[in-house]
Amino acid sequence: MVGSVNVPAGSVLRVIGDRLGLADGSMLDAATAQVVWDIRVPRALLTIVVGAGLAVAGAVIQVAVRNPLGDPFILGVMAGASSGAVLVIVLGSAAAAGLGVNAAAFAGALLATAATFMMGRNGSRLPPTRVVLAGVAIAYLFSSVTFYLQSIATPNELRRTVFWGLGSVAGAEWSDLGLPSLAVLVVTAILVVRARDLNALLAGDEAASSLGVDVIRLQIILLVMASLLSAVVVAVAGGIGFVGLVVPHIARMLVGSDHRRALPVTLLLGATFLLLVDLLARTVNRPSELPLGVLTAAVGAPFFLYLLRRNRAGSTW
Amino acid sequence: MWEIEPVGLDLDRVRVSIDGIDIVMDAVMHASPGEMIGLIGPNGSGKSTLLRTVYRSLRPMSGAVWVGGDDVWAMPAKEAARRTAAVAQEASSDFDFSVREVVDMGRGPHKRLWERETSIDVSIVDDALQRVSMTGFTDRVFATLSGGEKQRVLVARSLAQRSQLLVLDEPTNHLDVRAQFELLDLVRSLGVTTVAALHDLNLAARYCDRVYVLQRGRIVADGPTASVLTAALLEDVFGVSAHCGIDETGAFHVSLRGAARVAPNEGVA
Repeated sequence: MVGSVNVPAGSVLRVIGDRLGLADGSMLDAATAQVVWDIRVPRALLTIVVGAGLAVAGAVIQVAVRNPLGDPFILGVMAGASSGAVLVIVLGSAAAAGLGVNAAAFAGALLATAATFMMGRNGSRLPPTRVVLAGVAIAYLFSSVTFYLQSIATPNELRRTVFWGLGSVAGAEWSDLGLPSLAVLVVTAILVVRARDLNALLAGDEAASSLGVDVIRLQIILLVMASLLSAVVVAVAGGIGFVGLVVPHIARMLVGSDHRRALPVTLLLGATFLLLVDLLARTVNRPSELPLGVLTAAVGAPFFLYLLRRNRAGSTW
Repeated sequence: MWEIEPVGLDLDRVRVSIDGIDIVMDAVMHASPGEMIGLIGPNGSGKSTLLRTVYRSLRPMSGAVWVGGDDVWAMPAKEAARRTAAVAQEASSDFDFSVREVVDMGRGPHKRLWERETSIDVSIVDDALQRVSMTGFTDRVFATLSGGEKQRVLVARSLAQRSQLLVLDEPTNHLDVRAQFELLDLVRSLGVTTVAALHDLNLAARYCDRVYVLQRGRIVADGPTASVLTAALLEDVFGVSAHCGIDETGAFHVSLRGAARVAPNEGVA
């Protein structure tokens, strides 16, 4: 298997088999076993979860705000998470009530999202355009905190904040997997079951109401779910851009807008894409790693542009 | 195939407020099964708002909406959607659903959350498209259709929904003259109880059994179109001078002459 340290594929399988009780691993060298089980496997699993999570969160946002340009970070999630993470990196855990980088990022994301919802609501409704605009404003607000902290940081701290911002799954541990996996599974399950309602929502508020969908309630549920999922993912993997915005589109280009088909494809594409990108991130600049955010855009954008060129005949744009 | 049994509609003193302002007050309306009712009135008179209480887009502050004898707001939304379908005005989104997928949305109120499409659903969708003469358009992207074609597909969606009451909010806006007639001919032929907000008074005269006239949120007149639409009413409600009478084919016709000297009456406060 590929990475900054070479481990043959056969050994990888044998380590996994041994840990799962399916094979005999006594012949393996302890260091190899450790690399595979403690480092590679959790990392691969986290990459799958993060990729799937970002893609699904993006798809949900796009439905909830009824706009193809929606991505998981527009509701202040990214700006809030950044400010939390940077606060800990520059001023230490004490400044964030003892929270570590990940926890502070999560808290920041939640805070920013809550602020966005509070500012963006109109009575009991969460009108999409209003919420998005509020998200933009809240993002600027939280970004100002981030920028200030970066301006007083030492060069080393600054570099760490940049790397955090660009996203990475390095150092993934088994304990990191629990919450993100749960979030992705729960959100996807809910969405798949309500796929028809999601389709109706895209047809318009009036159409959806006449088809028996409680539009206001569904929009709130979707926005909250997408924000929580994004917050969880950003907290553990930093700011990986592009996946949430573009993977849902690629899925729709391949199988159409019907969520019953588009959602599973979005999930698979997101996971696969990020796995490939992480592979590249670990091997392109061996033995050091590139941040994922650098590569998701560099790899994904040309592919998306290619699909865009190909999708002209019979399309509405 | 599977004829639909039309039901009646009753609005019992419906009042609708938006942000504390009364938009519709004390609305009483009745449509017998199979009737086609027109709702007319100037912009801002509350036509859309009133219709939205019927297909569950906006809850009335007080009063009740009865479809087929049951309170629409006292039942689950999906059940209400099985009885009432709507074709309303709204901006089409950027997402490219096919015609078939749009019509298939009409099956949603009949399906449980996890229930898959069955061959019966497929037949219903095919039949609906055939009734509106759009069979050849099945795989076309909905957003690329013309205005008239889109409206026909939306009517097909209401057929797939097997609704017994159809609400139309200004369905002929932005349509070619011929397409307006074709659409209303189609709706008329369905035999479903229909309530349509219409801008064009002559279309209302030609297609609706009875009309209700809305002015500043109140129903100020109702009855057979020929008796309700008089020059006096048109001047009072619409602020236009008009001549109403029977034309050479024997049909009731409204001929609009121009803006009346007096601006439209503000109506009862």
